[in-house]
Amino acid sequence: MSTKKISGSEAVVLSLLEEGVDTIFGYPGGAIMPVYDLLYDYQDKIKHILVRHEQGAVHAAQGYSRVSGNVGVCMVTSGPGATNVTTGLADAMLDSTPIICISGQVHAPLLGTDAFQETDVMGFSMPLTKWNIQVTKVEDIPGAIAKAFYIATTGRPGPVMIDITKDAQFNELDYAYEKCKDVRSYVPRPILKMDYVEKAAELINKAKKPLALVGQGVILSGAEKEMLAFIEKAGIPAAWTLLGASAIPTEHPLNVGMLGMHGNYGPNIKTNESDLLIALGMRFDDRVTGKVDTYGTMAKVVHFEIDPAEVNKNVQSEVAVIADIKETFEAILPLIEKQEREEWLNQFKNAYQYEYEKVIKDDLHPEKEGLTMGEVVRMVNEKMDGEAICITDVGQHQMVASRYFKFKNTRSLVTSGGLGTMGFGLPAAFGAQTALPDKPVVLFVGDGGIQMTIQELGTMAQNNAKVKIVLLNNNFLGMVRQWQDLFFDKRYSSTELINPDFITIAKGFGVEGNTVDTRDNLESSIDKMFKHDGPYLLEVKVEKEGNVFPMVPAGASVSDIRLD
Amino acid sequence: MEEKEFTIITFSENSIGLLNRLTIIFTRRHLNIESLTVSESALHGIFKFTIVVKSTQSNIEKVVKQIEKVVDVLKAFYLCEDEIIYQEVALYKVPTEAVTQSNEIEMLVRKHNARILEITPDYTAIEKTGHKDETQQLFDDMKKFKVMQFTRSGRVAITKARRERLSEYLHKLDTEKLMVKED
Repeated sequence: MSTKKISGSEAVVLSLLEEGVDTIFGYPGGAIMPVYDLLYDYQDKIKHILVRHEQGAVHAAQGYSRVSGNVGVCMVTSGPGATNVTTGLADAMLDSTPIICISGQVHAPLLGTDAFQETDVMGFSMPLTKWNIQVTKVEDIPGAIAKAFYIATTGRPGPVMIDITKDAQFNELDYAYEKCKDVRSYVPRPILKMDYVEKAAELINKAKKPLALVGQGVILSGAEKEMLAFIEKAGIPAAWTLLGASAIPTEHPLNVGMLGMHGNYGPNIKTNESDLLIALGMRFDDRVTGKVDTYGTMAKVVHFEIDPAEVNKNVQSEVAVIADIKETFEAILPLIEKQEREEWLNQFKNAYQYEYEKVIKDDLHPEKEGLTMGEVVRMVNEKMDGEAICITDVGQHQMVASRYFKFKNTRSLVTSGGLGTMGFGLPAAFGAQTALPDKPVVLFVGDGGIQMTIQELGTMAQNNAKVKIVLLNNNFLGMVRQWQDLFFDKRYSSTELINPDFITIAKGFGVEGNTVDTRDNLESSIDKMFKHDGPYLLEVKVEKEGNVFPMVPAGASVSDIRLD
Repeated sequence: MEEKEFTIITFSENSIGLLNRLTIIFTRRHLNIESLTVSESALHGIFKFTIVVKSTQSNIEKVVKQIEKVVDVLKAFYLCEDEIIYQEVALYKVPTEAVTQSNEIEMLVRKHNARILEITPDYTAIEKTGHKDETQQLFDDMKKFKVMQFTRSGRVAITKARRERLSEYLHKLDTEKLMVKED
């Protein structure tokens, strides 16, 4: 291995290049300035995108990673720069997103002295990351970055934080880069145990009413095709979690809809009629299970999962296959008997029909006054036909978009699931558009969430990211208001907003926009948005007090799902 | 499910912050650590944590899985009281005057299988190894002599199983990783 003497900062940049990084989302500051100085020399190889707030950088890195499958990288300075990425780290941790955050830190001799812009980055990022490291010696930089990429991307992916002191950035080292291939104490790919695969196959073959629960693990493993082959051969209806959305196309005959609190009626109600729940890379979040004691009451559980800590955490399984799910599908497919479960599948169709009459029809094709969020999503579907990537923020619009958006391709929903981070959408959409500049990217966002990170409109304008922002404005923090409506006697405590003129704000940032508040003008407004070459904000004034149904009230059983 | 005492044994790399990583897992689940001992294990460079905690079996199983998930942790497992041999060390400092005035302290030292470490004109240092109730009993028995200082260590434990679980695990890890690389 040949070595050459370079600065720590240059080692950071060269190491990132070795890992194939060509985009960094970040914000400079005192303790990271040596690296920024080097980035100036490497502009032709690494594009640094200046965001407006560090939270924007980390969410953009998440959006970038979620649509591309590559590691999202963000870079910030010490102190407030580092603390501002915490929400994104926590979000990426819960949603298993491989991102790497590099923060500058005060000079090593100043550590622990309450120096200017010093904060305990290791301490606060420890519970929010899969792994973190503080580098105080220049010679440790390449090794730390190599290990960070290895850990972030292997096994169940997750965020990694690397904190580098300023003196380590300035000092020189004999640079050589070697990719990390193994960490002794870390087993990213557990060995598939064939006897468990056989037991699982036996249960699946014998089941009368099996239901597959498709989670993000299928997407992270790149096992969408294998998953389809498995459910098609076994004839199993497949429902998906919020993060598992788009792993199975909307139009697939075995797709029976979304699970969980605002999921479809069929998969929720049938969870307690099924005799076998087959969990595919999902973790039985409480938003999926409802009251866990009354979840899957008639069912045995088969769990395919890469993370041993998820097995038997929330729901006890009969058989668990702990391995990369792609391998599991490949191993189990030959053991699966070809079956068609027409009658069982028909029950889901009937359930859908029931839900359509009770809820969906009025959501998508309303006759009442006031625009619904559902009809806006439907109209976008009609224009995009499943080719767009859907990004959401958090709240009512998130549930409506996830329920009604038409998915054709995998990795086409990016949403903050586990953490439920308002403010995620706008920067995540920017990051997604940066990864895929030619893809249509549509962001659905509420009037509450957009104001949490609205400054990133500036980033979009500066980089001409062509994100189409559909702002569903009801002048309320809608989901909280819905809970107040249903569970707190309509006491609307601090949920009504007097909003700014969003279009003027957008124009101030250099982003075109328009407002629509009538059904008659909706289609032409959406057409105009998609025709515009550049970022665009379409504000849709929707009904003020619309509620999202179906709903499994918090703490209730999945079978107590409400349709109104 | 009933709460009882568990001993969690964790082997890890010797990396900065590891103790913090482990305690975070207990804090998140609102578990109080009863005692904690950390030192280098029989294998050079590998550290052993012995953590005593009261909880339910199902909770402990989940905690141990979370511990194993920490990148720098090699292996973690939990044991019930009947699966381990364990000890704690306690040190007591009493005024030497109290030792010389009667033979009571000497009798107590004999009775409790304790030993005297150091005698100076001012104080006498006594050591006792045993379970918590035993070291506590000696403390209680000596209270009337105005014990000047008393301290007790965390637990150290070895398993009753014949083989050392860690070396077995390291061997398994090596062969399994080899298998993954080959395919």
